[in-house]
Amino acid sequence: MPTLLYRMLLSLALLLPLTSHAGDAADFVAASPARQAQLLESWAAAPDPARLPLLDALQNGRLVGDIAKQPFIEQDGRYVAVEDAAQPQGIPKKLRLNNRLRGLLATTQASHQLLDQDSTVRLAAARQLQKSAKPAQLALLDARLAAEDDKAVRDALALALANLQLVDSDPAVRLAAVRLLGESGEPLARTRLEALLASAESDSRVRKAAQTSLSQVERRLLLGELLGQAFSGLSLGSILLLAALGLAITFGLLGVINMAHGEMLMLGAYTTWLVQGAFQKFAPGYLDLYPLAALPVAFLVTAAIGMALERTVIRHLYGRPLETLLATWGISLILIQAVRVLFGAQNVEVANPSWLSGGLQLLPNLVLPYSRLAIIGFALFVVVLTWLLLNRTRLGLNVRAVTQNRNMAACCGVPTGRVDMLAFGLGSGIAGLGGVALSQIGNVGPDLGQSYIIDSFLVVVLGGVGQLAGTVMAASGLGIANKLLEPQIGAVLGKILILALIILFIQKRPQGLFALKGRVID
Amino acid sequence: MNMPMNPMPLNNSLLARAAGKLGPRASLGLGLLVLAVLVALPLLHLLPADSALHVSAYTLTLVGKILCYAVVALALDLVWGYAGMLSLGHGLFFALGGYAMGMYLMRESAGDGLPAFMTFLSWTELPWYWYGTSSFLWTLCLVVLAPGLLALVFGFFAFRSRIKGVYFSIMTQSLTFAGMLLFFRNETGFGGNNGFTSFRSILGFDITATGTRAVLFLCIVALLAGSLYLGLRLARSKFGRVLTALRDAENRLMFCGYDPRGYKLFIWVLSAVLCGLAGALYVPLVGIINPSEMSPTNSIEAAVWVALGGRGTLIGPLLGAGLVNGMKSWFTVAFPEYWLFFLGALFIVITLYLPKGVIGLLRKEKEQ
Repeated sequence: MPTLLYRMLLSLALLLPLTSHAGDAADFVAASPARQAQLLESWAAAPDPARLPLLDALQNGRLVGDIAKQPFIEQDGRYVAVEDAAQPQGIPKKLRLNNRLRGLLATTQASHQLLDQDSTVRLAAARQLQKSAKPAQLALLDARLAAEDDKAVRDALALALANLQLVDSDPAVRLAAVRLLGESGEPLARTRLEALLASAESDSRVRKAAQTSLSQVERRLLLGELLGQAFSGLSLGSILLLAALGLAITFGLLGVINMAHGEMLMLGAYTTWLVQGAFQKFAPGYLDLYPLAALPVAFLVTAAIGMALERTVIRHLYGRPLETLLATWGISLILIQAVRVLFGAQNVEVANPSWLSGGLQLLPNLVLPYSRLAIIGFALFVVVLTWLLLNRTRLGLNVRAVTQNRNMAACCGVPTGRVDMLAFGLGSGIAGLGGVALSQIGNVGPDLGQSYIIDSFLVVVLGGVGQLAGTVMAASGLGIANKLLEPQIGAVLGKILILALIILFIQKRPQGLFALKGRVID
Repeated sequence: MNMPMNPMPLNNSLLARAAGKLGPRASLGLGLLVLAVLVALPLLHLLPADSALHVSAYTLTLVGKILCYAVVALALDLVWGYAGMLSLGHGLFFALGGYAMGMYLMRESAGDGLPAFMTFLSWTELPWYWYGTSSFLWTLCLVVLAPGLLALVFGFFAFRSRIKGVYFSIMTQSLTFAGMLLFFRNETGFGGNNGFTSFRSILGFDITATGTRAVLFLCIVALLAGSLYLGLRLARSKFGRVLTALRDAENRLMFCGYDPRGYKLFIWVLSAVLCGLAGALYVPLVGIINPSEMSPTNSIEAAVWVALGGRGTLIGPLLGAGLVNGMKSWFTVAFPEYWLFFLGALFIVITLYLPKGVIGLLRKEKEQ
């Protein structure tokens, strides 16, 4: 097993004391930027595991040099000598890297990481080299490819090598490289192939193969793009759903459009921020769990505010839907301004917990962020919960009865006033939950609710009232339509087109997608 | 849903009642007095600046602005107070009229070249819809046509499918929101989010000269008086009575054999055109138009003017526009933090306690 042997040798090399490479750090600290670039390039072509601590320190900005150009690594405020330097003279200064050096450093680090034992580290390194490998690394990549036994890493390495071989002098090598690129689904492969076709490639076979490969790559990329758009549409749809669900319930029940509904989203997001602050202060060890804790808090806060509004303002306006619209608009103005006065007009910072950051890489150009996946799942969860609440509980029965015929329900002994209040609280609470979700993917500021309110009205108009299914369909439909139209004709024209389509749609079905059947006429 | 029956039939409308209380001579006198003050303001503006009676440019512009808003309020009242359709998109028609006039003013100040913002975008020729905007007459047509046609198309579809009540409000709101997004784009060709500004002249007269400003102000007063007269004639005609019937019981009206679509469409387009005219006079007076005029917030604020003054009356909206905007210009200087609190509270208090607005309050006082 030569690979194993090689690796053992490398591990041994790692154990060698740093002094065996006396000079690298000192050279680098003493060099001019141009010379530093040369050094990095030469290191990239001939990686040595012993150099890794030095590179890491360089990347983290912990490599410092004193007046005598002696290298040190800063650790917890102390300066540890890297090579044979004994004591820092004067106060050592941090080494600053320009952008070019940073890029080179990343490449150099990657080529060192190719020697790592962990295959995920090697894979990441190979990916990095696909983007930035230099021709000088050709031999290294060749050698690593031969020694590599992990399939994913080998594929990635082969691609990185193919990128370099595109400019090989031998047409046969170029041809093989072009064919290999055609197997990939990387956006980078497209640019490389396009560059090759645009250049003065003389060999006709290579040109032809490049054409085929390019169309192959483009097909794969198109698939990724379409899936990506559909996914972001679904994610927008789930947000719209969270925003519109409560609106649809209150509109169906009371015939009232709550213009302050968007502010319930905003208050939910601000509650999340406050909960995050509380966790930072009192339970920093459990900080990652704060979104879960924020859910019930946000629900209770917004539901309480919603019920208070219903009792104090909205119930005095029943039977006057247009006036209610204006009054709730007034409430929304007051809430926005109150938040501005209390917490400032700037956005507040809500950080993703670690388990929501990052994403799932499905295709080379399709990453599904965990936060958005979580929101889609959460929206489904809320819908199911609401459905159960409306269809399997006493309260739900009452809500549906009042929605269908208020007077008749009252005659049968349904406490309509209480039902109104509870339903309004429920609607507002759902919006509060939506606010928690929104805080994980967007900015949290006083105007947060305003940007979603019009879209969620459209969802209600399109979906019809009194039916959860209508709201769900309308929200996901609008979300996906928005995101599919966006890249074709731009976000603004897409929105306008959708508005026009909705107006036309209402011509056919004035009561929305799913209307309750009834014979009531005013 | 049953709309509450309006207890104030039109032939017995507030104006008529107030006139009845005050006596026709007194109310006519009051109206003439207000008109005289409004006509006198621009004349006083022409006085030299050190004169004791001089009216500053700031005051004149402010009053002129409020008068433009009063026309908008009146137009909104025609569709909301009389026909019962609350539009939350009247800012769009106002801004369209303003943009039509702004195009002319931009051409005027650019001379033979392109307007400055187009040069920044390195455009070489005017888009097709700018055709003819250097002519003042065509601009006047545009001022009427742009809002009028949009209202006609939107209204035709909306009324055909019997969109009403809250649905109608939401659709109009999204309409103005979409308009705002569209005009915010640089590619739309209306100056993006900066809109139109730094005008130089109108019909060859310097736009910042006191004389021009006075004439513009008089035009606004004339527009307001004209709209008021038109509203009065409409309200007292059979047409106006059909509109109120439409508001109170649309189905019953249909059972009586009327087709409400034509009535709705006519008053809707008329209202939009009035808004457009107000916008067209607003722009040269204030000197700027940008897409934020189309923001849903502005349009919904117009609804509170009407509600505060008193819906279904003609004087009410004018009063409401004056009161709210007067308070706004005072508040935003004195307590900028609290203006939104106050405005929000106004929305709530009016809807809860003053459903008939200030005019209703005055009338009640009189009766007691």
